[in-house]
Amino acid sequence: MGTEVLTGWGRTAPTTAEVVRPADAGSAAAMLASPGSRGVIARGLGRSYGDAAQNAGGTVVATAALDRMSWSDEAAGLLAVGGGTSLDAILRALVPRGWFVPVSPGTRWVSVGGAIAADVHGKNHHAEGSFASHVTSLTLATPAGTREVTPSDDPDLFWATAGGMGLTGIILGATLRMLPIETSRVRVVTERAADLDDVMARMSSGDAGHRYSVAWIDCLAQGRALGRSVLTRGDHARVDELPAAARQHPLRFDPSSHLSVPAFVPGLVNRTTVRLFNEGWFRKAKSHATTIEPISSFFHPLDAVRGWNRLYGPGGFVQYQFVVPLAAVDIVQTTLQRLSALRLPSFLAVLKRFGPADPGPLSFPMPGWTLALDLPARLGGLAAFLDTLDELVAGAGGRVYLAKDGRLRPDLLAHMYPRLGEWKAVRDRVDPQGVLQSDLARRLGLTLQRRAA
Amino acid sequence: MNDALGAPQSVLVLGGSSELARAILRRLVARRARTVILAGRDPERLKETAAELLTLGAETVETLSFEATETAGHQSLIDDVFGRHGDIDLVLFAFGTLGVPERDATDATGAAEVAAVNFAGSVSAGIAVAGHLRRQGHGTLMALSSVAGVRVRPSNFVYGSSKAGMDAFFQGLRHHLEGSGARVVVVRPGFVATRMTAGLKPAPFATTAEDVAECVVRGLETGEDLVWAPPVLRWVMAAVKLLPTAVFRRLPG
Repeated sequence: MGTEVLTGWGRTAPTTAEVVRPADAGSAAAMLASPGSRGVIARGLGRSYGDAAQNAGGTVVATAALDRMSWSDEAAGLLAVGGGTSLDAILRALVPRGWFVPVSPGTRWVSVGGAIAADVHGKNHHAEGSFASHVTSLTLATPAGTREVTPSDDPDLFWATAGGMGLTGIILGATLRMLPIETSRVRVVTERAADLDDVMARMSSGDAGHRYSVAWIDCLAQGRALGRSVLTRGDHARVDELPAAARQHPLRFDPSSHLSVPAFVPGLVNRTTVRLFNEGWFRKAKSHATTIEPISSFFHPLDAVRGWNRLYGPGGFVQYQFVVPLAAVDIVQTTLQRLSALRLPSFLAVLKRFGPADPGPLSFPMPGWTLALDLPARLGGLAAFLDTLDELVAGAGGRVYLAKDGRLRPDLLAHMYPRLGEWKAVRDRVDPQGVLQSDLARRLGLTLQRRAA
Repeated sequence: MNDALGAPQSVLVLGGSSELARAILRRLVARRARTVILAGRDPERLKETAAELLTLGAETVETLSFEATETAGHQSLIDDVFGRHGDIDLVLFAFGTLGVPERDATDATGAAEVAAVNFAGSVSAGIAVAGHLRRQGHGTLMALSSVAGVRVRPSNFVYGSSKAGMDAFFQGLRHHLEGSGARVVVVRPGFVATRMTAGLKPAPFATTAEDVAECVVRGLETGEDLVWAPPVLRWVMAAVKLLPTAVFRRLPG
């Protein structure tokens, strides 16, 4: 236990907290029994970009030791894991035995507790929904005690926890419905799209034919090339689709990090480096090709570079991700236009077409277009730019993703998440004293504030 | 909380009737500031600023009396503000006096008053605020210093030395608070045309309260520890510091 300075993955807004590292679920739950005046929040692998897993002046419970993993029903693919178990650990253990996680975000370095608390999504959202849809039960430590929560026996609490940013309790464990796979490879179809209309048309008509789909947009392209992108779609490969040499060990899985960013680097992300990178990346993509790729390079390309967030330098960066209804295509277009007009150096933006939402009142995904952008925080002028985007997004009936947020104007939250009141009522029921607290909760007014005694 | 781009939601201003503070607050309220506590000496001006901030979108604005030289009361005043309002994301040290430079050069009482307000008042209130920021694990302390303290000039050496002292104090406090989650930002404006400087001949690189406020808010967004206003003063003052004494003494103004 000790005082530590914490930030999210974007390395903005550092605050300090007492970080405790309980050795087991019982001692993690006990942290809620005698909280200090500034409350408690759980922290997994710290991949939320903003301030969700920090608690200034209070207690942060690191869940890394809650990493158990066992089959609860192997035939049905039901896996019981601790809240601190990383997707990396699950994949290393189970891909070789023919199982994949039901939903994978862009990194394996997230904990199961974090994945549920943010209700993360992946490239299969259009087909399979978000992470919590594949959770059959969870063990939740609340200030009133620890309980099993399933979608059938307490749907309100289950779905308030899915996307609830850790503010309903500490997720000690969960049971996941795993996906059987024949190989550790993905059959990937890559297409270049000339502009935004082109890529959206391809996604609208063709996503249903693939389990996974995502497009990467070159944000610096302007004019007629606005929205030029590379669309990659894939499906788990069957053994007979592998090259002959790979068929011997179809489930081989050994992702590694070859590169590492040193602890202290000046910001390397600027208009010139981004332009060069984006141009090279677009030209490298074939106009149409089918390839067989390892799971790690298809799902987690950035995991190959350890500490890639440090490329943005000491000032950190902001990831801005929103979703707008399918009809509000113009918001995506306007965002790209403004981004390229301002010459803001964003690496590739990620575009995805979401499928149906799950029932979580604070769960981010909803049917529509989602766009994610990384922007250096120290640009100057970024605050006003993003505030304007928030209003456009809220006005179109869309929302921003709290797991990435560090700067939303609080009064817009209820517009973006119209069921916020319903969520708060459930939250306050399990935590009437406001024991669960985080910087995100204070900033957005999600919890009752305790006053120092 | 301060957001990822340095915008505070709650602000305490010591020296709340200062024109610089008012210009800064207008911009902060336009961003995220909803709670503002104005502590100062002139109740009429404080009320005026409070009314303006409410029309600009602030939700809670409180005014209270603060006297820089009454250091004995600083701790309890600061305790009271943090106790009643909860977290304060930004504490702005905006009080200060120019004194009467020609008089203070030879008048012990006047000179001591300048030192008491600008230096001793900052030290006392600064320590009281730092304890709360450390406890809450976050927050920014922003001190309005002056280029007059960078190299103290004969024409206003009493004022300049008091600013040099407070500037050094806050730089030291920054190091002391390292690892606490609290941040200390020192702002060094040049000659600013305000009530305080009315009647004085503007120095080179003179600026306005609005321009200083712009630099300050941008500095919060980009995460600067030391903000010069206008920014060019960083280089001008670096050069001034290197001037031989004989030349420095003869600079105009």
